Amino acid sequence: MTKITYVMFDGGERAVDLKTGVNLMQGAVANNIPGIDGDCGGACACATCHVYVDAAWLPKVGPRTAMEDSMLEFAEHVEANSRLACQITVRDELAGMVVRLPEAQH
Amino acid sequence: MADGNAGAPIEDATSIALEDIDVSNPALWAADSHWPYFARLRKEAPVHYCKASMFGPYWSITKYNDIMAVDTNHQVFSSEAALGGIAIIDQGAELRLPMFIAMDPPKHDAQRKVVSPIVSPMNLATMEPLIRGRVQQILDGLPRGETFDWVDRVSIELTTQMLATLFDFPFEDRRKLTYWSDIATTIPAPGMLVETEEEKLSILMECLGYFMRLWNERVNAPPRGDLISMLAHGESTRNMSPEEYLGNLILLIVGGNDTTRNSISGSVLAMHQNPGEFAKLKANPDLIPSMVSETIRWQTPLAHMRRTALEDFEFSGQTIKKGDKVIMWYVSGNRDETVIERPDEYIIDRERPRQHMSFGFGIHRCVGNRLAELQLKIIWEEILARFDRIEVMVEPERVPSPFVKGYLNLTVRIPA
Repeated sequence: MTKITYVMFDGGERAVDLKTGVNLMQGAVANNIPGIDGDCGGACACATCHVYVDAAWLPKVGPRTAMEDSMLEFAEHVEANSRLACQITVRDELAGMVVRLPEAQH
Repeated sequence: MADGNAGAPIEDATSIALEDIDVSNPALWAADSHWPYFARLRKEAPVHYCKASMFGPYWSITKYNDIMAVDTNHQVFSSEAALGGIAIIDQGAELRLPMFIAMDPPKHDAQRKVVSPIVSPMNLATMEPLIRGRVQQILDGLPRGETFDWVDRVSIELTTQMLATLFDFPFEDRRKLTYWSDIATTIPAPGMLVETEEEKLSILMECLGYFMRLWNERVNAPPRGDLISMLAHGESTRNMSPEEYLGNLILLIVGGNDTTRNSISGSVLAMHQNPGEFAKLKANPDLIPSMVSETIRWQTPLAHMRRTALEDFEFSGQTIKKGDKVIMWYVSGNRDETVIERPDEYIIDRERPRQHMSFGFGIHRCVGNRLAELQLKIIWEEILARFDRIEVMVEPERVPSPFVKGYLNLTVRIPA
């Protein structure tokens, strides 16, 4: 189990333990964390699981894929640390990672 | 909307030879008879080639995951207008209006980005009181104890008012938007709303003339929050050609008009046909967002989107050839029993109501999805606050089109 913390837009925090291999979108949906929709089910095809990865974790998370880049083009308020949660898979080295949620998913 | 196009006679879905199945036949859509054909294709030939139809040969993709695979592969499956565009009927060369839905990256991405913020959830939140006020006014003006056409009085009126608001379009002229939307989606033929391509083009030129005036007004004024102002001042749109401007306007008019219109009508029909679900909703209005998603799945207001293969592609044991027309039948993916439980039933409290294909997936996913959901949510909040029930009096007439899946009319009565 790996601890991941989701920070809501209003500042509220939810820390959950996720199994290796699940992605951060699934982790949020399974734990009823509001603010992540995941309409496409994790296919990197809807951009409704937009999150901001805390700077300290960016090197470990790695770069976006080309498709993810394309999809993020159309999300609102995209920053350098924007990612789609469905494209981040939980593994040991991400233990303690913090991601922040945007105001809304478009 | 299109009428008079009877299409070919309907054959029995179970006995027809697989290779003869043509789900594009407008008669199937007018009669709401396409369902068993799609059920058979999903089971026996999920990637199916129809060698002859009124729209020429085409591939049908009918299963949820296969549609997702095509929709997210824009490198192979193009939306480019010059190759035919995004609907089963090829965009004729004389009427080939450039619009971002029918473009591939990078041009698509740049133009879409200009339009996207106006329908972002944050912007919509500021529009919610205005939308609600207009919904209330429309609903309060409806007669009690007598029959009327819900499509005209509510669905068209509301979506047209919304468009006029988004464009900051002269309010008293708003039904022109409905008219232009209908013209844009009509396939010219004798007895139709327009009979020839020339006639269609000349009406669309009037539309362009009207919008050019608005453009000139806005481009010479400081930037404002309406769509025309955004296009006139947007870095990647301010130098658009008139054709490109018209193309994107038509896209937004059709996209914001037909689709939500038919989902609003569909929601009333679905509630009438499923009184148990209506009772659930009345008992628990918190289900409205979930009911809205379920309605959009159940209705699937655009039955398909089309792509054109840019190269030979092996798919599900078939070879799609470069240049082939590929139809993603969202209407069928939304009834794929291997992905969605009890897909033919209308269930407003499904576990995952947002799991549907009606908005498409990938880079062309519907940009106005949140506006559509918001309009439906508000209308049902306001319906529940006013009416005990809305009775559908007769089976509605359906649009004879394999693209726009909707209703020509919906005769209802609200008990006195």
